[in-house]
Amino acid sequence: MNASEVTSAFGAGVEAAGWVVPVQNILYVIAAILFIFGIKGLTHPRTAVNGNLRALSGMLLAMVATLLMYKGEMSVWAGWYWWVAGGIVGTLIGLIAARLVKMTAMPEMVALYNGSGGAASMLVAGAVFMHFAHKAAGMAGEGGVTAELIGEAIRAENADPMQTYIATAVSGIIGAVTASGSFLAFLKLRGKFGGASTNPTLKLLNGLFFLIAVAFGVWLVLSPETTWLYWAVAVSALICGVFFVMPIGGADMPVVISLLNSFSGLAACATGFVISNTVLIVSGSLVGASGLILTQIMCVAMNRSWTNTFFGVMAEAGGGPSADEVYAGKVKSTSPDEVAMLLDGVQRVCIVPGYGMAVSQSQHVVRDIANMLIENDVEVTYGIHPVAGRMPGHMNVLLAEADVPYDQLHEMDAVNKYIEQVDVCIVLGANDVVNPDARTNPESPIAGMPIIDVDKARTCVVIKRSLSPGFAGIPNPLFAMDNTLMMFGDGKKALNELAEALKEN
Amino acid sequence: MFTLYLTIFALAIFVGFEIITKVPPTLHTPLMSGANAISGITIVGALIVAGQTPLGEDALIGIIACGAVIFAMINVAGGFAVTHRMLEMFQKKG
Repeated sequence: MNASEVTSAFGAGVEAAGWVVPVQNILYVIAAILFIFGIKGLTHPRTAVNGNLRALSGMLLAMVATLLMYKGEMSVWAGWYWWVAGGIVGTLIGLIAARLVKMTAMPEMVALYNGSGGAASMLVAGAVFMHFAHKAAGMAGEGGVTAELIGEAIRAENADPMQTYIATAVSGIIGAVTASGSFLAFLKLRGKFGGASTNPTLKLLNGLFFLIAVAFGVWLVLSPETTWLYWAVAVSALICGVFFVMPIGGADMPVVISLLNSFSGLAACATGFVISNTVLIVSGSLVGASGLILTQIMCVAMNRSWTNTFFGVMAEAGGGPSADEVYAGKVKSTSPDEVAMLLDGVQRVCIVPGYGMAVSQSQHVVRDIANMLIENDVEVTYGIHPVAGRMPGHMNVLLAEADVPYDQLHEMDAVNKYIEQVDVCIVLGANDVVNPDARTNPESPIAGMPIIDVDKARTCVVIKRSLSPGFAGIPNPLFAMDNTLMMFGDGKKALNELAEALKEN
Repeated sequence: MFTLYLTIFALAIFVGFEIITKVPPTLHTPLMSGANAISGITIVGALIVAGQTPLGEDALIGIIACGAVIFAMINVAGGFAVTHRMLEMFQKKG
């Protein structure tokens, strides 16, 4: 086929179905608008369900528009069995997983979905590239496939060869890093794979494999007839993704998940450049922007820069006072009965949950306790630190699952404004995000990190298994303060006992 | 064409920044999983390349494209479904 005979973009129509292309393009624009209004709906809990449904209808519209290409050279029905089979399998897996997942396992689930998005973009770019090479092979006679022929095959579908090559390499790199990084994050969140590692070799290897992937990518752009180079790009980027997430653990997970979220969008966006499709570019960059903003919010909430989170090492805890010096003789422990008595007749209670609440799955008991207090005319609020848990908004989802009204969930800044008027502050499985050292001790590794000032409440009850340090590995002077009572115990069990004690009162 | 696509990319990034900064922290998890479902738009690319590869042509391309459809649909179907589940929990107390 000669380039001049065809007037279509890749995936768009040819003369045989001239009406299809304009209709497709209009539908793609509508889909992009639906995505934008969908995300806009997510700005309020009341409109959020509709927002999500709008985005879903945008997705279905985009898919229908794609399938309109029913005949001619570009027909997507020639190999319908591939996408019918893949569509059924993928939809079933996705729906079943979405149905079965527990709300406490949501960070893992989001990581897996991120990863499959990245893997899909990586495979699409690879398959499209091979598709062009295959066409070029069809055009080639005895001489074999050359860069010129591949370029001609790409131009025949009205795309720009150089754009296609570069976008293919970029899509392969971002998609692969997203895929393997997300999968490792999933394993880490399941606890199947060690925590944080400060081994600097991992960071070196990460950088090395990134450079290798980029080098293969450049090579691919320069000699596209060597199709195996794409898979070399993909494999080295997959390894790079593993080393990227390997050193990151625990409290840094919200940052990683947000960034991988952004990557999954950018990968889709790069794939949009590969197939010259605007709906992919628009939606991919929306997701990319969303993930970047979340990453930024998470970094600010930990007072750490991007470079520090991903390439730095947390300051050694050795410089500060040891746990024994901080806690010696000053920690007062308490019992559920005492706390129940303490809560009798108070006016304001603020509950500050952390990852411990997710681990012990105690959000329902927390809600019961809060409701008992509310019945006694106590004003109960929840103070949510932006990085409490393992992903942005983690605590909010758990509490929403337990039917806690969202107007009781207050942000860190709001809580800190009234914390001095709070009679009892209950810290549940949180540690570093309530460590007053961040505010008072400039030498501390977490110095400057915004915290919820629970130490300023009249009384602070900390429910925790032991005095063991949080992710930062430093002792928490809060536990030794005069107005702090430690209620040692497993989160859910301790809370159940507290609930029992409250009932008896 | 490339500059046109680049323009679209830049504008979409700005639109994204504008809307998403307005999402309250309470909804950050659903935002993330919802946005993630939208990134499954790569399904369009997967459909195109899978559908253009009839059996008998390079079957390897078909298999890879089929894998891409599977991953993209996990992303789309699972992402929207799980976001819906979460948002319903937020809504019933609205």
